[in-house]
Amino acid sequence: MMSKIVRTITNILYSSILIFGFYIIMHGHLTPGGGFQGGAVVASGIALVLIAYGYDTVKSWMKKSNLSVLESIGALGFIGIAFLGIGTTFFYNFLANSGGLFGDPTVIGINPGNLDTSGVLPLMNWAVGLKVLAGLGSVVLLMAYGIRKGDEE
Amino acid sequence: MINEHLPALIIGIPLLAAFATPLISKINDKLRNIFVIGILGATLCLVISLAFNVFNNGIFVYVMGAKSPGLTLPSGYKMPVRIILEVDGMSIFMAIITSIVSLLGAIYSWAFMHKETGKDKYYTLLLILAAGMFGMEFTGDMFNFFVFLEITSIAACGLVGFRINRGESSEAAFKTMVMYTLGALFVLFAIGILYGEYDALNIATLASRIRYTMLDKIALGLLVTGLAMKAGAVPMHMWVPDAYAEAPAPITMILVANSQASLYGLFRVCFTLYGLTISTYTLGWIIIILGVLSMFIGVTMALIQKKIKRLMAYHAISQTGYMLLGVGVGLAVLSDANALNTYGLKAMEGGIFHIMNHAMYKGLLFLTAGAVIYATGKRNLNELGGLAHKMKFTAIFFIIGAAAIAGLPPFNGFASKLIIYESVYKFNPMLSVIAMLVSILTLASFVKVFQSAFLGPEIIEVKKEPKSMIFAMLCLSVIIIAFGLFPDIVVDKIVAPAANALVNSMQYIAAILGGA
Repeated sequence: MMSKIVRTITNILYSSILIFGFYIIMHGHLTPGGGFQGGAVVASGIALVLIAYGYDTVKSWMKKSNLSVLESIGALGFIGIAFLGIGTTFFYNFLANSGGLFGDPTVIGINPGNLDTSGVLPLMNWAVGLKVLAGLGSVVLLMAYGIRKGDEE
Repeated sequence: MINEHLPALIIGIPLLAAFATPLISKINDKLRNIFVIGILGATLCLVISLAFNVFNNGIFVYVMGAKSPGLTLPSGYKMPVRIILEVDGMSIFMAIITSIVSLLGAIYSWAFMHKETGKDKYYTLLLILAAGMFGMEFTGDMFNFFVFLEITSIAACGLVGFRINRGESSEAAFKTMVMYTLGALFVLFAIGILYGEYDALNIATLASRIRYTMLDKIALGLLVTGLAMKAGAVPMHMWVPDAYAEAPAPITMILVANSQASLYGLFRVCFTLYGLTISTYTLGWIIIILGVLSMFIGVTMALIQKKIKRLMAYHAISQTGYMLLGVGVGLAVLSDANALNTYGLKAMEGGIFHIMNHAMYKGLLFLTAGAVIYATGKRNLNELGGLAHKMKFTAIFFIIGAAAIAGLPPFNGFASKLIIYESVYKFNPMLSVIAMLVSILTLASFVKVFQSAFLGPEIIEVKKEPKSMIFAMLCLSVIIIAFGLFPDIVVDKIVAPAANALVNSMQYIAAILGGA
C-alpha cells in the first residue's frame, strides 16, 4: 500500500481513466483506437489501483476467476457475432445500413461522427474491449502476485 | 447451406469452443472433456465432407464477410480486398492430418491429464492450437497466414510449458517462444516487403504479380528460413528436442502436426507464391540440402540420447528431412516437364505421403512414450526395463510405431520411403543412398529403445495404462497398418491431388482472379 497522497490521487483519477478507456472502446469505429486500445487503458487503471492499494487489498475487490469468465465472454461474443452473419457469410456485417441497431448509413465527408453506424463493428469492439481489459487485468494481477511473493522472501 | 461455409466453420467452431471451454469447466470436468472431444470429432466430420467436396469439385474458395461466399472480386475491383480462404488438395490433405491428430490427442488426454490441475486452460489451448493449424492450412492470404502462425506459436508455447512444476519445461517453453517469435518475425518482415512492393497480401494476387527482384529474393530467403525454423529443419532445430521432450505426450503429437503445418507454409511459398516466376532449380537444391542435413544430423544425434522422448524428438527432425527431400526434388525439376513427369511428381507424392505417415507413427511413438512415463514416472532409458510384462498393449503399439518409422514392410513408413528412394534415385543416386542409411540408423536406435525399455526382467513398479490411452494408440496403429497394406489407394485418392495442387499453381491463382 502506497502513501495517502497516491491513494487520494488514484481515487480521483481512477474513474476518469475508466471513462476514457470505455470512450475509446465505444468510439472505436469513428476515432483512432478501438477495443484493444480501450481495454488496455482500462487495464492500466486496474494497474494504478493495484500499485496504490497493494495486491492484498485489491484481491478482495476483484477475483481472477471472475476476470477469466469475463475474458471468455468477450471472446465468445466476438466469434459469436461472426457466426451470426453465417446466413450470408462468416463475419458478414448484417447490421450495417439496416436501419436497426447501429444501422444508420455512414456519412461521407467532414462531419462530427454518427455513433449509430457501422453495424457489428461497435459490438465487436465491445467484445474485444471486454476480453482485453479482463485479460490484461488478470495479467497485471498475476504480476502483482509474483512481486508480493518476491517481497516476502 | 452448410456445405458453402465449410472452411469457415472448420476454423470457427474449434475457436468458439476454445473460449466456451473455461465456462463449461466451471460446471463439470467430465462434461468439458466430452465437449472438447465432441467438438473435435465434429470438426473431423466437417473436414472429411470438405475433402470430398474438394476432390470432386476442385479448389474451394470462401470469402469472409462478403455478400456471397464465392465473391472474390466485387464489382469493379481488380484484386481481392477481403480475407479469402482457399482450400486446394494440399490444404485439405494437411487438414485431415490436423483433425485426426488433435481428436486423438484430446481422447488420450482424458486419462493422461487426469491428475493435473488447470485442465480448463489445457483444453482451451489445445483447441486454439487446432484452430490455428486449420487457419494456416486454409488461408489464401499472407498476413492471415502470419496471424494463424502466431496463434499456433502462442498456444504451443503455453502447452510446452504446461507442467510448471518441472523447471525444464519452463526453460523449453521459453526457448521455443524465442525461436517461434524469431521465425514469425522473419515471416512478417518478408510479408512487409512483398506488401510494400505489390500492394497485395492475397497469395494468388501476389503470385501473379511477383517479378523476382532483389527484394523478392530477400523476402524468399526470410520466408524459407522462418518457416523451416518452425518446421524444425537442421540447422534451426535446437528448440525441437526441448519442446517435444517437455510437452505432455498428446501435445507433442499435436506439435508434430503443427511443425508440419509450417512445412506446408514453406511448400506453399516455394511452389505457389514463387513457383511461376523463378527457376526453382536452386531453391529445390536448397530444400534438398536442408532435408539431407536434417535426416543425417537428426538421426546421429538421436543415437546417443538416453531420455526416451528426447530421442524420439531427434527422430522427428530426421523424418522431416525425408519430406523436405521428396518435395525438394519435385521443386528442383519443376520447370523440366519431362523429368517432372518421370520422377519429380512421384518424389513429391512420396514426400507428401510421408508427412501423413510421419504424423501417424510419430504420434503413436510419442503416445507410447507418454504411456511409459505415465506408468513409471521415469524418462531415462537407463532406469527403465521389463515393461513388456505389464504393458502388453503399449509394447505392441511401440513395435508397430518403431517398425513404421524404420521403414519396414508392411507398415506405412515403408510405403512412403520406398516411393522416395525410387524416385530420388533417378534424380541423384547419392541422396537415395543417404536416405537408406538414415533409415537403417533409425532402426538401430529404436531396437535399442525397445530392448532397454520393454525387454528384460521386471525391475520397476508399473501402473496399467488406462483405456482412453489405449484407444488413441489403437486408432493410430490401425491407420498405420491400413496405410501400409493399401498405400496405392491412399496415394491415388488423397496424396496425388495434393501433389498436383502444388505443381499447378496456375489453378490456385485462377480460382481467385478468374481465368487469368
